[in-house]
Amino acid sequence: MSQQTAPAPRAVAATADYLDQRTGVGKAVKEFARKIFPDHWSFLIGEIALYSFVILILTGIFLTLFFVPSMDQVTYTGPLAAMDGVEMSKAFESTLHLSFEVTGGLLMRQIHHWAALIFMASIVTHMMRVFFTGAFRKPREINWVVGFTLMILGLAAGFSGYSLPDDVLSGNGLRITDGVVKSIPIIGSYMSYFLFGGEFPGTQIIPRLFTVHILLVPALILALIGAHLFLVVLHKHTQFPGSGRTDRNVVGYPLFPVYVAKAGGFFFVVFGVLALMGALLTINPVWNYGPYDPSPVSAGSQPDWYMLFLDGALRLMPGFAEFTVAGFTVSLNVLIPAMIVPGLLFSGLALFPFIEAYATGDKREHHVLDRPRNAPVRTASGVSILTAFVVLILASSNDIIAPHFAMSINDLTWAFRVLLFVLPAITFWATKRIALGLQRKDRELVLHGHEAGRIIRFAHGEYVEVHQPLDDHEQWLRVQHRPERPIQLLPAEDSNGVVRKGYRKDALRSRVSSFFFEDRIEPVTPAELAQSHEHEEHPAIGAGHDEAKGLVDAGPTPGGGALGGGPNAPHDD
Amino acid sequence: MSNEHPGTDVSTAAEGNRLPERFADPGLPEHKARLTDTDPRAAKRAELQIVLLFGISIVGTILAIVAYAVIRPGETVESIRTSTLVLGVGLAMAMGGIGLAAVHWAKTLMNDHEKVEYRHPQASNAAERAAALQVLKDGADDSGIGRRGVLKGAVISALVLAPLGFVVPLIGGVGGDWNVSKFRHTLWTKGKRLTHDPSGKPIKASDITIGSAVHVIPEGLKDSEDWIEEKAKAVVLVIRLDPRDLTEATDRKDWSYQGIVAYSKICTHVGCPVALYEQQTHHLLCPCHQSTFDIADGAKVVFGPAKRPLPQLPITVDAEGYLVAQSDFLEPIGPSYWERLK
Repeated sequence: MSQQTAPAPRAVAATADYLDQRTGVGKAVKEFARKIFPDHWSFLIGEIALYSFVILILTGIFLTLFFVPSMDQVTYTGPLAAMDGVEMSKAFESTLHLSFEVTGGLLMRQIHHWAALIFMASIVTHMMRVFFTGAFRKPREINWVVGFTLMILGLAAGFSGYSLPDDVLSGNGLRITDGVVKSIPIIGSYMSYFLFGGEFPGTQIIPRLFTVHILLVPALILALIGAHLFLVVLHKHTQFPGSGRTDRNVVGYPLFPVYVAKAGGFFFVVFGVLALMGALLTINPVWNYGPYDPSPVSAGSQPDWYMLFLDGALRLMPGFAEFTVAGFTVSLNVLIPAMIVPGLLFSGLALFPFIEAYATGDKREHHVLDRPRNAPVRTASGVSILTAFVVLILASSNDIIAPHFAMSINDLTWAFRVLLFVLPAITFWATKRIALGLQRKDRELVLHGHEAGRIIRFAHGEYVEVHQPLDDHEQWLRVQHRPERPIQLLPAEDSNGVVRKGYRKDALRSRVSSFFFEDRIEPVTPAELAQSHEHEEHPAIGAGHDEAKGLVDAGPTPGGGALGGGPNAPHDD
Repeated sequence: MSNEHPGTDVSTAAEGNRLPERFADPGLPEHKARLTDTDPRAAKRAELQIVLLFGISIVGTILAIVAYAVIRPGETVESIRTSTLVLGVGLAMAMGGIGLAAVHWAKTLMNDHEKVEYRHPQASNAAERAAALQVLKDGADDSGIGRRGVLKGAVISALVLAPLGFVVPLIGGVGGDWNVSKFRHTLWTKGKRLTHDPSGKPIKASDITIGSAVHVIPEGLKDSEDWIEEKAKAVVLVIRLDPRDLTEATDRKDWSYQGIVAYSKICTHVGCPVALYEQQTHHLLCPCHQSTFDIADGAKVVFGPAKRPLPQLPITVDAEGYLVAQSDFLEPIGPSYWERLK
């Protein structure tokens, strides 16, 4: 293509020369301009998060120019008839002002709010992609933790921004926050004063949340996005398995021009979609709710979607868990749903890469992604956590679901209480079985090929169905992965009967490893394929025989890494 | 592909012959040409489509600017909606047009031959690590920190303590007066009239019919300097029941007046206003988390995440027949906290 490109215009060449002489930018351009990135639609999800954040900053700057973060009380005299003469804070008044009297103000508010919802949704979806494909494995564990922290910061950004208009809905949200904070043992009351600068609601919380929302949290997010992307460039992007893709290369298209156009263009696509949502879909019409007043509240009020799980947990927990010790009140009925349950879910998520690495004992670098079916316990764990998350989200909508389906809200709440424990267990089991089933299907395909739908009758009257063997690339996709096997436990005593040091630690690790890898289907080996082909010559005998061999029964096999026998030999492929 | 998993159950069949343990990577698949690679007319068509998409973007920008100049937000929700709609659609076209054009360009016209780059292990090699260690060791030797234990202790102590000069004023200042005992008191005092929320009109006992619920604030609430904080604690729900339906604890017999009871409206769970009263069952439901209180039986919890009954405000009537408080609440209202009973 280069012969088609005209030499750069003089002005461009002169600028490039000027910059290079002062910064040596040429070296960076040479290094990065044609950097290779692999292509897959799911890699765009993280980009949506990034672009939503950029759009949040752009629209946020617009909003800060008109928003007044003050809780001073004023009487409304603006154009909105319904609010005429109503007493409200300057925060609420300025929200009405920028929505109704500033051209484009409502559009920017709505784009901002939609972008916040999409920001969190794309972060969660991106995390799911990374989780289910095992992209968090070495060397990317640190980046997983960076990304996890970004998700928490996203929650903080959303929460602090949601409360700023000082409307009755978000005000009740703050009141719930106050109630949750007060339940913290020993320091709860003081934490409440710390947040509100005195008694709830006080006159401090809106200005404070404003500072948190426009300075503290965005600055941290920006810094961590920098770290996140730096690590992506440093590690080079992961790639899905396929022919020619290994842990030692990266196959894809160059940054310039393909990703400048695709990823750069995608920013505009995301902006366009968000602008359309802001134009067409009303969100958070605070003029319908009215300014904050401690007395009114409406039924059917839900927080933004990313906070639903917390609200749902608060609804599900029965009240009996509150008790007093030596005259002090311990509100476990609030602490468990608001702190302990999310704490467990989030810790499990943040620590998963380390738990899995502990179970595999694997020290290799991984750059080729796993197909989710090839890591059944990981996939099942992820689905299980998501199920709990979804049950909590549904629980927070119990006052909408119940009247809709003419159900008793108490029965519904009880159903969710049970489902919160039962459903994650069921989905764990089902997902694991489905993953194993898909692996069996892969073996079946590799061993016997595609069903051609053609039946042939032999001269002696026998009917067989012709199977079309897989081509090399189809086959490689199904056999390329390396099966993980449970770590083998060495005996507790050595040959002289001396108790081995660290046996109990090893035993625990062996148990964790067995939980992950005891049930597994291993990929077809060349030997099995050869054996299967021998059978195919006598199709009437061989049918349905080979697949049974795929399932390796419980118990460590000699092939797995061994514990207590020194460091595992470095894997190398 | 090294062979570090010898002899598993599945591969025992391989024993004895020379087949490899694993399949070999067949290498990158052949490049598949797109229609635009082979048909110049298709390429020309794609180019036109891209130009058109950029054109849509330009039209969108013009639309947005015209909308800004022509459609001013008016006085009503409807007029602001029109302005938002046209401006937003213009902006969406302006942005989306560029985006779709660029992506379409990349997918149809840009070189789509995959390229391969090699990765290098993240870890530094042994020589680099040794050099790094040596550098650090040299630096430490130059500083002499290893030989001067007292100095080391002093550095660490000073660094650990120094932030306190910043953190203590920061934390100390943000909590206001830190007087958390304010949770215990509300505006209610002996003889203070119960008034309608938000009008502030006093309430005659005879005006409340059986089965009705009235939202109540203390008289003179708006005169209070921190009226929002006071309102957040003092709001009360007054309900009149048929006295025969009412179950009252013996020590609370005189807290009600002819079947009229007053309970704090602030939920004992996490503090939402408890506002949904069901006349038939005498149940009061918190719309936030569905804690349900039985008004006929001391506002005890019958369902949901709250543990404690709503605090009751002892009431009576004054000489003119208006409802008045006998005293403040006898326990802190609202959600539980650690030193609540102290």
